[in-house]
Amino acid sequence: MDDYVSESDSDYTSYWRDWFISSRGNEYFCEIDEDYLTDRFNLTGLNTEVQYYQYALDLVTDVFDLDCDDEMRETIEKSARHLYGLVHARYIVTTRGLAKMLEKYKKADFGKCPRVMCHSHPLLPMGLSDVPSSKPVKLYCARCEDIYNPKSSRHAAIDGAYFGTSFHNIIFQVYPALIPAKSAERYVPRVYGFKVHAAAALVRWQNNKRDDMRRRLRKMEVESGFKDGEDSIEGDDDDDLDEDEGLALGEYSVAQPAGEAGTIA
Amino acid sequence: MSTSSGVPESWISSFCSLLGHEYFAEVSEEFIEDDFNLTGLQTQVAMYKEALEMILDVEPEDDDDDEDEDEEEDEDVSGDARDGLGGRTHGERRHHSRIASDLSVIESSAEMLYGLIHQRFICSRAGIQIMSEKYEMGHFGVCPRTNCNQTRTLPVGLSDIPGEDTVKLFCPSCLDVYVPPNSRFQTVDGAFFGRTFGALFLMTFPEYDLSKSAGESVTNLTRASTTGDGNEMLNGMYARNLAPGLGPNKIYEPRIYGFRVSEMARSGPRMKWLRDKPADITVLDEARRAAENAQSDDDDDDDESMNMNGHPGHPSARRLRQQRRNQNGSPMAVEANGAESEL
Ligand SMILES: [Zn+2]
Ligand SMILES: [Zn+2]
Repeated sequence: MDDYVSESDSDYTSYWRDWFISSRGNEYFCEIDEDYLTDRFNLTGLNTEVQYYQYALDLVTDVFDLDCDDEMRETIEKSARHLYGLVHARYIVTTRGLAKMLEKYKKADFGKCPRVMCHSHPLLPMGLSDVPSSKPVKLYCARCEDIYNPKSSRHAAIDGAYFGTSFHNIIFQVYPALIPAKSAERYVPRVYGFKVHAAAALVRWQNNKRDDMRRRLRKMEVESGFKDGEDSIEGDDDDDLDEDEGLALGEYSVAQPAGEAGTIA
Repeated sequence: MSTSSGVPESWISSFCSLLGHEYFAEVSEEFIEDDFNLTGLQTQVAMYKEALEMILDVEPEDDDDDEDEDEEEDEDVSGDARDGLGGRTHGERRHHSRIASDLSVIESSAEMLYGLIHQRFICSRAGIQIMSEKYEMGHFGVCPRTNCNQTRTLPVGLSDIPGEDTVKLFCPSCLDVYVPPNSRFQTVDGAFFGRTFGALFLMTFPEYDLSKSAGESVTNLTRASTTGDGNEMLNGMYARNLAPGLGPNKIYEPRIYGFRVSEMARSGPRMKWLRDKPADITVLDEARRAAENAQSDDDDDDDESMNMNGHPGHPSARRLRQQRRNQNGSPMAVEANGAESEL
């Protein structure tokens, strides 16, 4: 192998992997190190998972030189992509892999949370299963701690197992400074300024749940992670009211000719 | 030959067919021509009269004999562009003196005015009906949240005041709001849809079966089945329809190698409450009653502030809103008068 590499090109570049990660639709993948790929230990068990395993591995590591027809070539190509994905799931939970994915996260390569109250917080790719070919990739927002479907159908078709169920949680254990501040900010449905009763009752119930959690955490002396100023539990209901008044006041001042203010109050 | 020499496209339909304007309903001319519906808008839009004329395709200072001219020309001239543009060409030609910059001011005023009328129209009986047709055709997209299972969303504003924020999508399944997936909607003013429409829609059409995904699109829109589960009403909503995307089994549970991440960990879950819902939804009703008894003062304050601030102080506008609320605010009332048309 080494002979092949050194004789084919002195300034060797990872031809196949370069092509793969720069292909449209593969933006979620980072480049797996040569060293990682060539250490058989890291590939344990994958030979039974991937058809034409050895050829696929040769292709990924740019040492493929089998003379075969197009159909065979396409089959091996497909296997190579599958193999890359499966190794990727293992690689991104290594120190090197986490660092590479962190860089992509910082650039929001995985998109931004569509939830309005998350203010475009960057997402992380994740799988709902570690079993290949069972669930497509989803995107995790660390701010609202929920998962979303990728916007593009190209991304939505990627196997979730190529990212796995753990990576997006491990990254915040390894880099705790990355944990975003949590926010109680939320949407409350209204009709002509009135809260909708059923929805408002649910909001109150949820807010109580949140306060219970904060009390639990406080008792255990665990940081709740909520933004400063939102940390007072007792003040929550007041906060909600203030917010309402603030919103309504804004509307009021614009919609109102100044002279008529008296008639309202 | 003559698709273009037929009926010229109205300003309204060409506005609604612009890229990024897919969420807009075509406001009926009847609604716009009723001055009552436009109460208070004169002061909010520059060159109001001209803008209104543009929306309605009315020629400035028009005379009726124009119509005759048009018809004659239609017969004589073989359908060229002039016929296609119809009356508007005449109007513009006659008002040669009108400066181009004026026209662009009027154009943008017309868009603003249309948006503000639209905000009111989609909360009227006729308008909300049109929006429900668009909803059924899937014009507003689906919720991006995985656990909402492709529930259809509704376009909403977070403010009723133009210029503050762009249009968002409200998901009836998780009761949250999302940024539309396509950037072309990020130039559409949220006030043109307003804060009321989303929730009003749910109250007006309580029979939409939100617990089914758009994937099951046919069943998604069928009327409520008669089998008991979820058919009990909670404040005018079917319990089944109150945030079906929330609650146990609909909350993401973070795990590492199969083990749940503990709440006690620094990186542990902190936001489950946001997607939670009582397993027994009737708990909410009781909780509300208890809350009312315990702090009736607070609730009074709340309602008062809503009353005061929720409505524009302009007396006639307030009356308008009040009237509309009488018509549409209660789902029961809407159901009872469903057959009546608004105008
Ligand atoms: Zn989020
Ligand atoms: Zn949703």
